[in-house]
Amino acid sequence: MKLRLFFPLLFVAFLGHATIAAEQPAAQSIILASTTSVENSGLLAHILPAFTKETGITVHVLAQGTGQALQTAARNDADLVLVHDPEAEQKFIAAGDGIDRQQIAWNDFIVVGPRSDPAHIAGTHDAVAALKAIASAQAPFVSRGDKSGTDALEHRLWGVAEIDPAKAGGGSWYGDIGGGMGAALNAAQAMNAYTISDRGTWLSFGNKGDLTVLVEGDPGLLNRYDVILLNPAKHPVPKQDLARRFAQWLLSPEGQAAIGEYKVHGEQLFHPSASHPK
Amino acid sequence: MVGDVWAALGTAEFARIVGLSLMVSLLGTTGAAVVGLPCGAALAICRFPGRRLLILLANAFLGLPPVVVGLALYLMLSRSGPLGALALLFTPSAMVIAQALLATPIITALAHRAIEEPWQEYGGALQVEGASRLRSIRVLLAIARRSVVTAVLAGFGRTISEVGAVLIVGGSIAGYTRIMTTTIVLKTSEGELGLALGLGLVLIGISIAVSASAFVLWER
Repeated sequence: MKLRLFFPLLFVAFLGHATIAAEQPAAQSIILASTTSVENSGLLAHILPAFTKETGITVHVLAQGTGQALQTAARNDADLVLVHDPEAEQKFIAAGDGIDRQQIAWNDFIVVGPRSDPAHIAGTHDAVAALKAIASAQAPFVSRGDKSGTDALEHRLWGVAEIDPAKAGGGSWYGDIGGGMGAALNAAQAMNAYTISDRGTWLSFGNKGDLTVLVEGDPGLLNRYDVILLNPAKHPVPKQDLARRFAQWLLSPEGQAAIGEYKVHGEQLFHPSASHPK
Repeated sequence: MVGDVWAALGTAEFARIVGLSLMVSLLGTTGAAVVGLPCGAALAICRFPGRRLLILLANAFLGLPPVVVGLALYLMLSRSGPLGALALLFTPSAMVIAQALLATPIITALAHRAIEEPWQEYGGALQVEGASRLRSIRVLLAIARRSVVTAVLAGFGRTISEVGAVLIVGGSIAGYTRIMTTTIVLKTSEGELGLALGLGLVLIGISIAVSASAFVLWER
């Protein structure tokens, strides 16, 4: 028994050691805490190889919501962040956690919903009016509820509309799913509900079913992506220099071109904007 | 859908993901077995204060929630946590530790049950023979090896299918800590439901293959 178990165990341990050793990050690697929209849309997978090839630095991407990404960085567990919630970013910087915020790209948020469109908002360009119509029709609406950038935008819009969706009309039409953008789109698709999405995730999402874009083109739906470095005074992260090189590359003509080149189904997902921030 | 899954299976990225899944769960299970089997046997054989409490705990922790284990481990391994200096967070090693923590109570509790009966049957004889506790544990584990194999496979089943804890401490970083289960979560969130289901079936196949091999090897 002992010998029979011993050798297979030794083998596994050896194999494991070899693999894990091979898995150890190269000396040159950084952790980027980011939003699901830039990772799941495939943008980072598209642009990172060029950066790694040029600099030898591997970028490990954590796809989290903006709220969670900033928390991760505040705990010292990431080397820089790429997020999209201006208010949360300002708080992050005001708290002394972040420095050198710079916009790298923008796209827009959209209101999507079922083709049947019970709130009759299709083709309009006013997001707040659309939310008011959804609330008064008590049409099903899926909220992220996860403190992501998209969730923050949604709650700002409800604030402007002066509606508390969790309470309006008993609130049963309003579903807070506490999940990522993809989970919210899956839920909206299954429930014939409205939701707000960033355009990148929407374009690359594969389970649209009966969902379609109903409201777009409202200036209030602008979606800016900012890169923020950690403040070395508060976060003595050892890889500050590598993180700064990556941020600079994102802002460089080369990085900006790589961002602009990325397309899904022929549509450009992110508009580079380092030289002329929106 | 079948075409998509087939295309995904052929990529080097997929081979990496499967390899890392197997490695993390096999190492986690191995660690749990190295700790759990002797502990389970000792709980069956030895009499000491607190033994019943430990047995109770091992059984209660059969239902240890993976996300809680993941979160606790995250706080420990975070750079601002007590073990932050080890720089293990968001590495495959952190995932192995999480898996081992989850599988240890399962293997301990099942090994304890497996050894109890042969101990009652052969314990007297072993004591008459003057066998040490350590030797008794080895002999009894060998006698009960079928149940012991089941205990280890139960631990493996927990680790290979687990997603909550490894997502928190591993981060599902592409090309580094992404494994089968976290890929399935990711593909579901991308709305690639067919591909996600296909990968799920592959995961089930791999899990069955590993368990069946272990069964054939050690059950004879």
